[in-house]
Amino acid sequence: MSNVTVTASVDATLLPVLSVRRRLTNFLVTFAAAGSVILVLLPLGAVFGYLVYRGIGSINWAFLTQTPKPVGEAGGGMANAIAGSALILLIASTVGVPVGIGAGIYLAEYGRNRLGNLIRFTSDVLNGVPSIIIGIVAYGLVVLTQGHFSALAGGVALAIMMIPTITRATEEMLLLVPTAVREAAYGLGVSRWRTTLSITLRTATSGVITGVMLAFARVAGETAPLLFTAFGNQFWNWKLNQPTAALPLQIFTYAISPFDEWHRQAWAGALILIVLIVVSVSAVRIAAGRGMLKGGS
Amino acid sequence: MANHALGAPRLTGPQPVPKPEVASGAEVQAGPLIKAGSSLVADRIFFFAMLGCGLCVLALVAVIVYELVTKSSLSWHAFGWKFFFRSEWDPVNEEFGAWPFVYGTIVSSILALVLAVPLAIGVAVFITEMSPRWLRGPLAFTTELLAAIPSVIYGLWAIFVLVPLLRQYVEPFLARSFGWTGLFEGTPYGIGMLAAGIILAIMVVPIVSAITREVMTAVPQQQREAVLALGATRWEMIRTGVLRNARAGILGGVILGLGRALGETMAVTMVIGNRAEIARSLFAPGYTMASVIANEFSEATGDVYLSALVEVGLALFIVTIIVNILAQFLVWTVTRGMPARSHV
Repeated sequence: MSNVTVTASVDATLLPVLSVRRRLTNFLVTFAAAGSVILVLLPLGAVFGYLVYRGIGSINWAFLTQTPKPVGEAGGGMANAIAGSALILLIASTVGVPVGIGAGIYLAEYGRNRLGNLIRFTSDVLNGVPSIIIGIVAYGLVVLTQGHFSALAGGVALAIMMIPTITRATEEMLLLVPTAVREAAYGLGVSRWRTTLSITLRTATSGVITGVMLAFARVAGETAPLLFTAFGNQFWNWKLNQPTAALPLQIFTYAISPFDEWHRQAWAGALILIVLIVVSVSAVRIAAGRGMLKGGS
Repeated sequence: MANHALGAPRLTGPQPVPKPEVASGAEVQAGPLIKAGSSLVADRIFFFAMLGCGLCVLALVAVIVYELVTKSSLSWHAFGWKFFFRSEWDPVNEEFGAWPFVYGTIVSSILALVLAVPLAIGVAVFITEMSPRWLRGPLAFTTELLAAIPSVIYGLWAIFVLVPLLRQYVEPFLARSFGWTGLFEGTPYGIGMLAAGIILAIMVVPIVSAITREVMTAVPQQQREAVLALGATRWEMIRTGVLRNARAGILGGVILGLGRALGETMAVTMVIGNRAEIARSLFAPGYTMASVIANEFSEATGDVYLSALVEVGLALFIVTIIVNILAQFLVWTVTRGMPARSHV
């Protein structure tokens, strides 16, 4: 380091002299660390670059408004897959968001006990379960009972994946709200439930929304749990109990197909999917930068 | 950030509000009394609703275990422990053994960790200890963005960009230079174990580096200053002052990455080749537990076939649970006492 060279007023023999070997090691390690950053950012750049390069040309009006054409015919689009994804994500959010937030409220406001710890631990376990396993379970729960693949089954699978993320995010955000705020509400005679909903949760709203958006972004690109729940469909479907197309599923099917036309569309679909996800994650980042609590913390 | 250890009110259940005796109560106080009574009921309803949501989380894990255990019992009774060590996978004759999938999962995950861990630690060291302050936030965000890309998009990219690259340049080079090890021989298809390992590595790096960064930040600043004061170079400071103190947490991050690699499905399915073979060469196609489920589950005819696939899933479930718990415990040993942070 530079302080070794500043030896003007001090007897040089008293200072530890850095051997060439030590300085060289220091330099090499710095070099290696910077190199690994570049090496890691390389695939990121390559993925985004290729998505834009291969995808942008194939996104047009037909792609966004039409259903897939039969093999061999040019044209057609992924409109039904985009709509199907929206439907499945809507079901997943309708089920997952209230339950996740509720469980988060329980953990933050009532969860300082053994049951709370158990739920906390279980939700971390649930977070680590591979998504394909969630697919098997949703298949057993919904598809087998209903008798066919359905949008509902896909929604349930994604809801199960959303819950633990939302739960832990909600808990964390509620715990950031100062106790004084709660006590002030109690002091005014506001009941417990009212305090939690209108004061505590309200204060932590932007943080909770951040958690919900992250969970949403995470499941929006999930493919594995939809393979044998939503199953995919080449046509429009708005019924909850029918097989439904989804954007990630369609990308998968097209990517492993042998047709150039489908490859082209897979890239376009992937570009749309990634834009959706990156926009929501970045929005969250910007919102999070402004502080998680209303009125600053 | 507020210290939430002090922050949470230790209030459980309904509050000890003096219970109004409405029956004999004076009429003057009727207004506020009724209000207090109804809010007690509402409080109780609210508490049970929230408790219900919390119990849902427990119920979900219970349902997952129940579903996997009951649906796999047929295969379990037919093959027992031998299921995991047999190599036949013959749906026609209903003979099932999961060894090729177990092998493929282990090899691809280990390969991914071997490639990813040094890089991830390098990235974490650079971001926390070396990079200029203004670059820290953007770098951390960009590496975490890698984790936000869906698996199917990695798969798509791998099929059309990575695999041709491996086939034309990397694999012929490896075969020429390191063919004598036996790990790099045979026809370079591009698709195979090596491609799966590389794509998994790309997906695992952000997780390992995020956890490593977190545990390195948890090491007290005085440690660094003390080591620097003894005349250490920056690297010596990082090695003895930071990495040594954070090693349990870093190991936790690595194991968490392993958990992710074991359960990763789509990207691997798209590039590993999906052939139930065991070969020494990394160029050869393979198969993993997650990808056999993804490929064959919806087409499985016959109860034993389906049950065998669920049993593969059950095994995968148990292994990832153990791996994740171990990882969380290790990270906790380093970061305990620090404000909680979600690893999204």
